[in-house]
Amino acid sequence: MRRLFHGLVPICRKEFLHIVRDPGTLFFALAIPMLQLFLFGFAVDTNIRQVATVVFDESRTQDSRQLLASLANSDVFQIKSYASTKEEMYEAIRAGKARVGIRIPYDYARHLQDGSTATVLVLVDGSDSNVAGQAVSTSTGVALQESLARVLPNGKMPIEVRPSVLYNPATRSANFFIPGLIAILLQVMTILLIALSLVREREHGTLEQLTMTPVAPLGLMVGKMIPYGVLSFLELCLILGVMRVVFQVPIHGNVLVLLVMSVPFLLTVLGLGLVISTKAQTQAEAFQLAMGTILPSIFLSGYIFLIENMPPIFQGIARLIPATYYIRILRGIILRGAGIRELWGDATVLAVMGCAAVLLAALQFVKRKAI
Amino acid sequence: MTVAISAEHLTIRFGDFTAVHDVSFAITKGEVFGFLGPNGSGKTTIIKALCGLLTPSAGTGTILGMDIRKDAAEIKRHIGYMSQRFGLYEDLTVAENLEFYAGVYGIKGRRAIERKEEVLALTAIAPYMNRRAGQLSGGWKQRLALACAIIHSPEVVFLDEPTAGIDPVARRALWDLLFKLSGQGVTFFVTTHYMDEAERCGRVGYIYLSKLVALGTIAELQRLPEASPPGTERLQIVTAKTALLLEPVRHMRGVREATIFGRSIHALIDSDHLDALKAQLPEAQVQIIEPSLEDVFVTLTNRIMEASQ
Repeated sequence: MRRLFHGLVPICRKEFLHIVRDPGTLFFALAIPMLQLFLFGFAVDTNIRQVATVVFDESRTQDSRQLLASLANSDVFQIKSYASTKEEMYEAIRAGKARVGIRIPYDYARHLQDGSTATVLVLVDGSDSNVAGQAVSTSTGVALQESLARVLPNGKMPIEVRPSVLYNPATRSANFFIPGLIAILLQVMTILLIALSLVREREHGTLEQLTMTPVAPLGLMVGKMIPYGVLSFLELCLILGVMRVVFQVPIHGNVLVLLVMSVPFLLTVLGLGLVISTKAQTQAEAFQLAMGTILPSIFLSGYIFLIENMPPIFQGIARLIPATYYIRILRGIILRGAGIRELWGDATVLAVMGCAAVLLAALQFVKRKAI
Repeated sequence: MTVAISAEHLTIRFGDFTAVHDVSFAITKGEVFGFLGPNGSGKTTIIKALCGLLTPSAGTGTILGMDIRKDAAEIKRHIGYMSQRFGLYEDLTVAENLEFYAGVYGIKGRRAIERKEEVLALTAIAPYMNRRAGQLSGGWKQRLALACAIIHSPEVVFLDEPTAGIDPVARRALWDLLFKLSGQGVTFFVTTHYMDEAERCGRVGYIYLSKLVALGTIAELQRLPEASPPGTERLQIVTAKTALLLEPVRHMRGVREATIFGRSIHALIDSDHLDALKAQLPEAQVQIIEPSLEDVFVTLTNRIMEASQ
């Protein structure tokens, strides 16, 4: 057993010295994820509000003005300009000055008076599917409400839906995105730190020297994982602090459980970094391989798109991505107040993945006699 | 005479390429063995095989009686290794590098302190204890690398081109150190490109195109029939116009090879043409000499190339 991990303590100590000796790297390792957190945290807002709208009101009646007021009151539309011709309205949308065009025909009021159907044209710029969807559903909703109010004599609705959003009542994007972002930021930082540290040794020839010593592969690997794991863990605490204080995202669950369940994820990404370092000969190669892990982790992990909506093959791939499980843990604990009982399965998968990655890396090293 | 390092019909192949072909030698304890050969001839491959990092395709070898095929893990505890890349951590101080390697070899506590002091005294690097390894000059880096390689008192030390790119003064200092240690019973296996370094070694081996083509003391190699064929003489021709004379000498009858050494020409000539040559070069001093190690290797190399063509 001791032979299996031979060299762990001196490697670990040396690695801490490297970290302390190079404050530049330390600073960037900690500051860049923080910077990204601020950028994305403030920039990402998927709630659609105040969509620029151009209006071509041919009717110019009290009825038409009432409809426009209802639309503007929905907070989704912001009437930016009035067009006096159809062409002018189209031009405003094409030029990107407005994303929605509303045309109320000249016979709008008359149709309303005589009880036939009055039509309103809503033109939606589909280049952003989220905006388009929101514009369509809101305008339909407003029209429905207006119609009912006219049909029902006393203005009382027979059914009223009272939606109550659990866990993220204000449906703030930050609450939804930042917990996922933590996984991505931690993954990039950890993989890069550990992979570069090993590949640097390969480039400088110190790895060759180590292969001539009795250092065991697991001693080297675990000896490197501990310092960089500690560093990533500190970064996690920092990010959680900023999330709570700056972005006001409440943590509904137990922070301690969250921290403990983060350890298997860190193990996995450290192991992934090690696997990358066995493949890469130069730091540039290691950097590219590390970057290659980012896109799937963003797009297939459920961070942005719902896994349930993906084609089956991608759902399968999603199950192989460590970030999928960690994002579930993060959102579960932070947003829904979930605990060990709900999330132990995800944590176990991560722990298994982590051990497998470390063993794979160690085997690669033994096979190539790279130590 | 205990054998410290041995290779027995050692053969190493990488796919179709044979990097080492049927190499055998035995190095006794306390010997400083020089291993020469052009780049890519298989020197480093042999070292790696002897240290247990490569499994031989055929043949075997021993280090201190341990089998390189079976006892690789144990062998690593008893050998030191230093390459031209030194394997130092440049952002760590001299002391930290030594402490790291002591730790890696499992040397702890009191013994670690003792060993550190011993190698510091031996290499005289103590004044630089707290300096970062990266700030040391090439010569001092090399001494530190050696200090790290012997921190665990290995009985066998492999030095892979340890003096590449080091100034002559530092080179000489390193060799003095090696002999001091070899006097204490440490066996050295040194690869080098420098003939003067090879001449310091007790015995040398010359590897060319994956084969060990010569093995012995310097005197033995000089008497090799391939290097000094019977019926030939090795000449030193001292003249004022060496560069101008080289080509004419090469084309004189009976001259097998000729090259410039400083202000003289070294030539290998059939003995019966010696007088004719002297007559053609009246103003030059012509002397019969022993071949230098370089002469030996160049002649050997030419022989093999001729034979393979």
